[in-house]
Amino acid sequence: MRASVLVKVAAQSILKNKMRTLLTMLGIVIGVGAVIIMVAIGQGAQLQIERQIANLGTNMLVVTPGAARQGGVSQGAGSFNRLTIADAEKLQREGTLLSAVSPVVFTRVQVIGGAGNWRTEVQGVSTSYQLIRDWNPSEGSFFAESDLQGRRKVAVLGATVAENLFPDGDAVGQSVQLRNVPFTVVGVLERKGQTATGTDQDDVILIPYTTMQTRLAGRSFIGQILASTSSPGDIPAAQEEIRAIMRESHRLGPADLDDFTVRNQNEIAEAAKGATEVMTALLAAIASVSLVVGGIGIMNIMLVSVTERTREIGIRMAIGARGSDVLTQFLVESVVMSLAGGIIGIGVGLGGATLIGKIAGWSTALPIGAVFLAVGFSAAVGIFFGFYPARKAARLDPIQALRYE
Amino acid sequence: MTTNEQDVIRVEGLTKVYSSGRNEVRALRGVDLRVKRGEMIAVMGTSGSGKSTLMNILGCLDSPTSGSYELEGVRVDGLSRNELADLRNRKLGFVFQGFNLLARTSALDNVELPLLYDRSGKKRDTRAMAREALRRVGLAEREDHHPSELSGGQQQRVAIARALVTEPALILADEPTGNLDTRTSLEIMALFQELNDAGITILLVTHEPDIAQYAKRIIVVRDGRIIRDEPVANRRRAADDLRDFREDAETEVAA
Repeated sequence: MRASVLVKVAAQSILKNKMRTLLTMLGIVIGVGAVIIMVAIGQGAQLQIERQIANLGTNMLVVTPGAARQGGVSQGAGSFNRLTIADAEKLQREGTLLSAVSPVVFTRVQVIGGAGNWRTEVQGVSTSYQLIRDWNPSEGSFFAESDLQGRRKVAVLGATVAENLFPDGDAVGQSVQLRNVPFTVVGVLERKGQTATGTDQDDVILIPYTTMQTRLAGRSFIGQILASTSSPGDIPAAQEEIRAIMRESHRLGPADLDDFTVRNQNEIAEAAKGATEVMTALLAAIASVSLVVGGIGIMNIMLVSVTERTREIGIRMAIGARGSDVLTQFLVESVVMSLAGGIIGIGVGLGGATLIGKIAGWSTALPIGAVFLAVGFSAAVGIFFGFYPARKAARLDPIQALRYE
Repeated sequence: MTTNEQDVIRVEGLTKVYSSGRNEVRALRGVDLRVKRGEMIAVMGTSGSGKSTLMNILGCLDSPTSGSYELEGVRVDGLSRNELADLRNRKLGFVFQGFNLLARTSALDNVELPLLYDRSGKKRDTRAMAREALRRVGLAEREDHHPSELSGGQQQRVAIARALVTEPALILADEPTGNLDTRTSLEIMALFQELNDAGITILLVTHEPDIAQYAKRIIVVRDGRIIRDEPVANRRRAADDLRDFREDAETEVAA
């Protein structure tokens, strides 16, 4: 039989029992829909994490104290396990691939001013910080190089801090007290949102690191050094350069291990992406179970259909249909049914993903790959679960089948 | 050899034994039969006589236990399921008591069906062939009707058209008038006689002696053997009987 005739015959017999066909297809519709929704949510989460990591800054490298490889290896007595302003300055001077370098000195304070007080993190940074994190003020301006040199008491507020202390939005020009030291607010930063781990990046106050050291912390040790390159391609080379400069700065011999770690964004991103990829795969696997259940539904209905149509099979065999003709006919029917269900399921899945994205506020991505996979998978389900009933039909004895009432 | 080519069916020493558990049922106990081209044979016998088994074997739906069966000079016993299916498709046409049309399928599609299972690979206008077959049984105007929209007689005509469409060597009709009233039975028998006159070989099973009188030859099967095989002495014409039947009906209405 020609393929066009086969599909026509299959479509006819499927349409003869509309309600039953609809209910059978529903299993596949739900299965494919669920897979697509789950993958869309998973990929959306992945995309959001990628966006947040890009949000940390462009082409950013992070130097933190302590060796990356510590497992079982002694660091040695008196090893120089800290970062200093001198390290940052040396990087700034000698780094040929680094477009900007900023030390970051952390401390937590209770800030008083405006409407009340607020506990937040103060970071002492240089003016390059703005460039590295790609973070511009929405009001006022960032502090200037002269503020840094003059150790002036100026502060730039994160959006969350500004909102809490100055709900009316007139923060610039006001005074805030950090550990009883009055600082003048020169700017408010634009909103950056949460990190992948849920930390509010806007709950922060930035001040010149020079001021920080003399007025607040009184220490010359710093939490991390941020640096950036002008292009992403320079990152691996820049990472090596930083390592060399840092080893020199810390006077490490050839046998000494690094007492600091240089990481780039990609490493952070990959760790986070790995976690969401596992989550996406898990969600898709759970959703696939419903697709298998849908397939079993098809098998069930095809078995009923073969029994009901025993006489039809007998007639077809009497007029010359081979077993393989009957097999093909029933297989095509189950594939047409599961494919139609799969296509409807794609619509349901894409619609559902968009709706969930809107209602729950989750970001979802339209998974083109998952769409093709779902179509292929539903056809495979049709063949797999349609084969047993089809073979049962093909093996009927024509005499018995013709006599069947 | 020339006589052999004339034979549509040549059966020798045909036996069929069904074994269910320890019981053996010998449905056929040695049947010899020759059917020449252009014959019209009525096979009679009570139920359990073995006539259904004989028809199933002649119809290539079943294989004999022993004996030989040649259909148009081709040995049939020992063929595979697929080979039998192809033989049924090309050389045989079936007409059943219960019509056995596909429901919710138009008359034309029903008639076209055997052509769609053809494996010879010839390019043919199957649609036109199906229309021609329907025209031959006088249902050209009903090609779009579904079986449920047709009378019993019309359904049987569609079934006959389906049997004709492949131009088979033999049409096997199993109680073709069993589900029909007298008048429609006469119409169907008139059609069979007309087709037979056009050279088509017909083998029909019936238990009605009246119907058997329209054949050229009657075979009686009993206990798995052919006990009588003789030509019909005064063959009746169904078309004449139909005319008489109609006149009788009209006089009844007039009276």
